[in-house]
Amino acid sequence: MVDKTSNTNGQVISPYVPRMARIISVQQFTPREKLFRLAMEDGAGLSVLPMQFVQVSVFGVGEAPISVCSSSSNKDYFELCVRAVGALTNALHKMGPEDRLGVRGPYGNGFDPLLYQGMDFLVVAGGLGLAPVRPVILRLLENRAKFGKVTILYGARNPAELLFKDDLKEWSERQDIEFLVTVDRPDEGWEGNVGVITTLYRKVRISPVNTLAVIVGPPVMFKFAVLETLSCGVPEHRIICSLERKMRCGVGKCGHCQIRNVYVCRSGPVFTYEQVKRLREGI
Amino acid sequence: MLPRIIEKADMDKLLGELLKRHRVAAPVAKDGRFVFKEVSNPAEVRLDYTISVLPPKKFLMPQWDSVLRARLRGEKQELKAFVEPEPIVIFGMHPCDLTATWLLDVVFAEGEPDPHYTERRKSAFIVGLDCLKPCDQYQFCLDMGSLFPQGNFDLFLTDIGESYFVEIGSERGYRLLEECFALARTATNQDFVARQNAEQQKRKNFSHKLPFDVKYLPEILDASYDSLIWQAVARKCFSCGTCNVVCPTCYCFDVHDELDLSLSEVDRRRRWDSCQLDSFAKVAGGESFRHDRSERLRHRFFRKGKYLLEMYGRRGCVGCGRCDRECVAKISSVETYRQIAGSR
Repeated sequence: MVDKTSNTNGQVISPYVPRMARIISVQQFTPREKLFRLAMEDGAGLSVLPMQFVQVSVFGVGEAPISVCSSSSNKDYFELCVRAVGALTNALHKMGPEDRLGVRGPYGNGFDPLLYQGMDFLVVAGGLGLAPVRPVILRLLENRAKFGKVTILYGARNPAELLFKDDLKEWSERQDIEFLVTVDRPDEGWEGNVGVITTLYRKVRISPVNTLAVIVGPPVMFKFAVLETLSCGVPEHRIICSLERKMRCGVGKCGHCQIRNVYVCRSGPVFTYEQVKRLREGI
Repeated sequence: MLPRIIEKADMDKLLGELLKRHRVAAPVAKDGRFVFKEVSNPAEVRLDYTISVLPPKKFLMPQWDSVLRARLRGEKQELKAFVEPEPIVIFGMHPCDLTATWLLDVVFAEGEPDPHYTERRKSAFIVGLDCLKPCDQYQFCLDMGSLFPQGNFDLFLTDIGESYFVEIGSERGYRLLEECFALARTATNQDFVARQNAEQQKRKNFSHKLPFDVKYLPEILDASYDSLIWQAVARKCFSCGTCNVVCPTCYCFDVHDELDLSLSEVDRRRRWDSCQLDSFAKVAGGESFRHDRSERLRHRFFRKGKYLLEMYGRRGCVGCGRCDRECVAKISSVETYRQIAGSR
């Protein structure tokens, strides 16, 4: 039997040892969210699929799973959009260029739109859900000719909480996609759509026969967005979502992310709604 | 390798030889109960023990375990997986705990192997010991199919009156026996008969506690998913997590960093965790995915009786009864299984 726990030099290989990454730049999106651009120090890059995640270490503080939000075709650096909510993310927010982090992964099944060429795509992102789903959008746009109609819906609580504003501007100017943004509570300068994300469905046409829907957002949004998508006639197995869970190991050992008989870190985080529905404890 | 026979009178000598060469963990008496602990004197060892409070799992997966050491300052940051198992002989594991170890072996070796467990497991010797009568009223090992061992030991001892019948389960077990007690004679036909009699008598000493065959447990659990019984049982539950702590198959862990005083070295450690605590499935944003106590309780029962079986082909419950024995609220697994079976 091949011993998988040691390499040819007899050194023990542990899945818990991170590689070191260096922060290249930090961009403040909102008071709570920052975008970190990182590069692996060993120069080997990070090969990652859309909607995969990494385990980020701040030594002395801990580790947390964070979705990679940069384009998957980019091998030199990768980006993480981080909301300061817990111990690790708050520590991360205090870090700046040249600071070093540990990174393990990528983990999870991910989702590659290139496996679904020729289909229409409906991407629905709520709040911070835009971060994990951004690599999907970027991959669609980088290979635009390979897909049918592309519709992107994005909702935030208020205009100040909109993320990736440069992207939003670029996407809204593109003629080959339909891109709509809404906010729950407008401020004075806001001239766009107002209302929860499901109100945007009235403004777009979704083909029930050929559409793959990718929905990522907080659980409450997910329920309503799935309902709207189903009412467009899109079948359950063509609704894709990504589940957020507490994870300590990322390799199916620590038990935290377990939903019934699946480990989200290994079987997920991407599931079809048909699967989520069967799991019952998914959302 | 043919089984050997060790006279009971020679047992202390064997243990003495073992202790000269190895660290040995064995059952000892403590406050009217039994615990597994590292021993230094053969006289401490109680081979007549019933069941230990904590399972011997703690020597394969300690409550606290370093997984990573990192140096943060100086010339170069250094990261090192911490895998330095100290070999130990776990002496006197009962069949329930042997069966439980089997599940842990699969879990940690499968997929991306976890060397912190597997290396320690590889370095450990397991000497099993048959229990010939029920430890107390809580066990239901017969129902869970762990009454007799199914391998996974280096040596296995059965009491056949004046002596122990020693089954040799591995090459390492054979060498251990040779090195510590080469005088053990080979078992004769009479010894085999004596062992068979002991096993038959053992089987008679145990009776079924569940009103159904355990192969139906996954189905019975599945049908009970929406039952009010889970809420009813959860009314008694304090969500203290004792059931997880004493369980021989619970392996979930939490990870946290410990900084030394100079803030330059980090020890990343894992510790046992409990799915009964609200924080277990709570993400940083505050969302808890099994917020209700009954959901957590149901999750544990399903995990033991159904999920792990589906994931690893091994049941997560061996019927040792430790969860029931130690439950502060006196919740009974057997009673709960009976109730859900009856409510269909």
